[in-house]
Amino acid sequence: MIRLERVSKLFPGSTAPAVDQVSMEVPEGVICILLGPSGCGKTTTLKMVNRLIEPTSGAIYIEGKSTADFDPVKLRRTLGYVIQQIGLFPNKTIEDNICIVPDVLGWDRAKSRKRAAELLELVALDPAIFLKRYPKQLSGGQQQRIGVLRGIAADPPVLLMDEPFGAIDPINREIIQDEFLKMQATLKKTIMFVSHDIDEAVKMGDRIAIFREGRLVQYDTPDNILAHPADRFVSDFVGSDRTLKRLQLLKVPDAMERDPPGVTADDKLERAVALMEEAGHAAVVMVGPHGRPRGYVDLKTARGAKGKVGENHESLPTTIKLSENLRTAVSTMFRHDVMWLACVDDDGRFVGYVTLRGITHLLAEAYGHD
Amino acid sequence: MTEAAAIGVAGQQRLLRNGLIVVAFALGAWAWAGGLLPSIVARWDDIAYLAPQHMQLVAISGGLAVVIGVPLGVLLTRRGIRRYGDIVLQGLNIGATIPTLAVLALSMSLLGIGNRPAIFGLFVATILPIVANTLAGIRAVPSHLIEAATGMGMSTRQMLWQVELPNAMFVIYAGIRTALAINVGTVPLAFLIGGGGLGELIFRGIALNEFGMMLAGAIPTAMLAILVDFIMGQMQFWTIPRGVNPLR
Amino acid sequence: MVAHAGVIEENVSILMETLDYILANWPLIVSRTGEHVSIVGVAVGLAILTGVPIGIAITQNKRAADAVLYVASIVITIPSIALFGMMIPVLSLIGQGIGYLPAVIAVLLYSQLPIIRNTYTAITNIDPALREAARGMGLTRLQRLSEVELPLAVPVIMAGVRIAVVMNIGVTAIAAYIGAGGLGAFISRGISQTDPRQLITGALAVSALAVVADVVLQGLQRLLTSPGTR
Repeated sequence: MIRLERVSKLFPGSTAPAVDQVSMEVPEGVICILLGPSGCGKTTTLKMVNRLIEPTSGAIYIEGKSTADFDPVKLRRTLGYVIQQIGLFPNKTIEDNICIVPDVLGWDRAKSRKRAAELLELVALDPAIFLKRYPKQLSGGQQQRIGVLRGIAADPPVLLMDEPFGAIDPINREIIQDEFLKMQATLKKTIMFVSHDIDEAVKMGDRIAIFREGRLVQYDTPDNILAHPADRFVSDFVGSDRTLKRLQLLKVPDAMERDPPGVTADDKLERAVALMEEAGHAAVVMVGPHGRPRGYVDLKTARGAKGKVGENHESLPTTIKLSENLRTAVSTMFRHDVMWLACVDDDGRFVGYVTLRGITHLLAEAYGHD
Repeated sequence: MTEAAAIGVAGQQRLLRNGLIVVAFALGAWAWAGGLLPSIVARWDDIAYLAPQHMQLVAISGGLAVVIGVPLGVLLTRRGIRRYGDIVLQGLNIGATIPTLAVLALSMSLLGIGNRPAIFGLFVATILPIVANTLAGIRAVPSHLIEAATGMGMSTRQMLWQVELPNAMFVIYAGIRTALAINVGTVPLAFLIGGGGLGELIFRGIALNEFGMMLAGAIPTAMLAILVDFIMGQMQFWTIPRGVNPLR
Repeated sequence: MVAHAGVIEENVSILMETLDYILANWPLIVSRTGEHVSIVGVAVGLAILTGVPIGIAITQNKRAADAVLYVASIVITIPSIALFGMMIPVLSLIGQGIGYLPAVIAVLLYSQLPIIRNTYTAITNIDPALREAARGMGLTRLQRLSEVELPLAVPVIMAGVRIAVVMNIGVTAIAAYIGAGGLGAFISRGISQTDPRQLITGALAVSALAVVADVVLQGLQRLLTSPGTR
């Protein structure tokens, strides 16, 4: 969808190129994060796509067509562009700000205004209130959302974003990032997104391109980059806790043991012990009549004891939902001082369990003989 | 009627020499082309007599304006009087819109003709930018400097002389410069109410349809105006200490 | 200023006479005001048409900007009567040495600095992020000017227009001395005929016109400013 072929940029008066022979391809519908420290050439690369900066050599293709063949101004109208300082025009209402590219392209006014209202609803801002307001009346987080909407108003297939969430406080940033991912799930745009924050890149990106001093050092999925950094620079950049970072990329079902043994309140303790020994587990979950976990039996205390499970169980400290990621799971385990958790689905039914050891093994799979 | 032009120093210095030379050359060439140079030279005695008068009017009215205007501006920023500062500023703004000819005319109806009403009228026309700029300049001194000074235990008088005035100096100078430019430009009108100066040559020249006489008054007046502005600009550049001087 | 009872009495009677004069000569006052407004209006209008484009053009080149602003500021340093005087020989060649045309030209020249400088300052002071966003979105230079830069610059440009108008109401008063008519005629006649009534009428009329123009233009400035930037 977006293809860069040996793109370079040498600014007049500099000895070293700002961007050096970068080649990469961003498939359709994918969010690609351009990541790296300050001055690594990621923003310059982004700006060469919409020709705010002209490449010194190399070619850039969008949907197979070379960007050099287009009039730059017309090209930019087909690409969404969102910047860190937002740049909402203070003299225009929110509505007019969002519709600026459609207006310039000559869209039917009624149609574009309606679209503006729809877009506002996408980010949970009431059109009745916000359409007629001015940028100065909005908070920073709200302005940033409008900035994104402005970028997609003309429904461009490609979106270019330059640290778009950099200027927002961390709390709002997370909310906006989540909102954006939800939007992208529906809109499926091809996105190039510049960031200097590894955590943002891991969270937002389908692919990450790591830049260093103008060169593309590694281009892969977040998990692969975290598991197999190409060199010392990348491993330093992603952080020494990179394996922990991988946890947020995996969800509970990825590490869950399915078809777990379970006992009911009426079962005898001996049956519970037998189940545990057969499976090689140190505990077994007690479920209620609807399949919801009600407690558990510990092998050590159950062995040799007599009676029903119902009268001899421990209560579960908590459970974990299938929709959560493994980082939350591990964090929950630490919080409650346990080494495993019962997993429940949306109805609260017991469907499996995750253990610390299981998670460790899962992560280690990627390392082979590392 | 002039405004202090705030252009970059480099631009100023580079163009200044060129500018003045070009202007003087153009004026001279034009006067010559009009066959008027001889008639101007013939009037040299008049020019030599009236020009000092002209500068005297500038010096006295301008000097009075500075000597009274700056302290007045400072006074309006002192605690207690401060709240009247805004009202006075509004009044000054309205006063500043009154055309200088009108000021001189009103001055004449109050004080008659001669040098006295001329000086008074010029003084009134000139004092407004000085007070306004002094007021604005002191108000614009960053409050954290005042806070630091107070925290250090400076008295109000020490603060005025060591913190507020030095930091406001650039703006105050700009006000004085504007005021003097207005002043020099208005002095020709003093002739109309009986004062002296080069205005005599200009107005009589127009009335008698003698271009030579008129130019003999107009050209020196224009040159004096440019000269005064230049001198003030240089003073502003050189006498304000480097730390508070954006041009240095 | 020391005044004794006699002087006050005298001044009060002059004021009363002036009042009579104003009431008796109202049509003349109105027509001269018309002449005055016409000179300033036409000249400043033309100055906007020349000054704003020049102000926009010099934002592209710092050296040009320095040069243009410097020339304009020198022009404004020349006292008005001197400028009028210097134009007489030139314009006499087309028979317009005195009267309406030199007045309009002088006002036009004087208006250049405030308008050009304010236009230039307003546009160069626009937040660079806005410029980048506009460019990145694919707005042409003209569109950026008309949709973003000029609307934001309007308040500052209007302030420049205001300064030009108020200053030139004063210049036009002096133009009475070169036969341009206007309210300055009351002042000049008042002085030459030693008639305090005309003198005061003229002074008050010009002052009133200046103040009114300032207020009206302030209102216009507010109207033209987008509510998003107030």
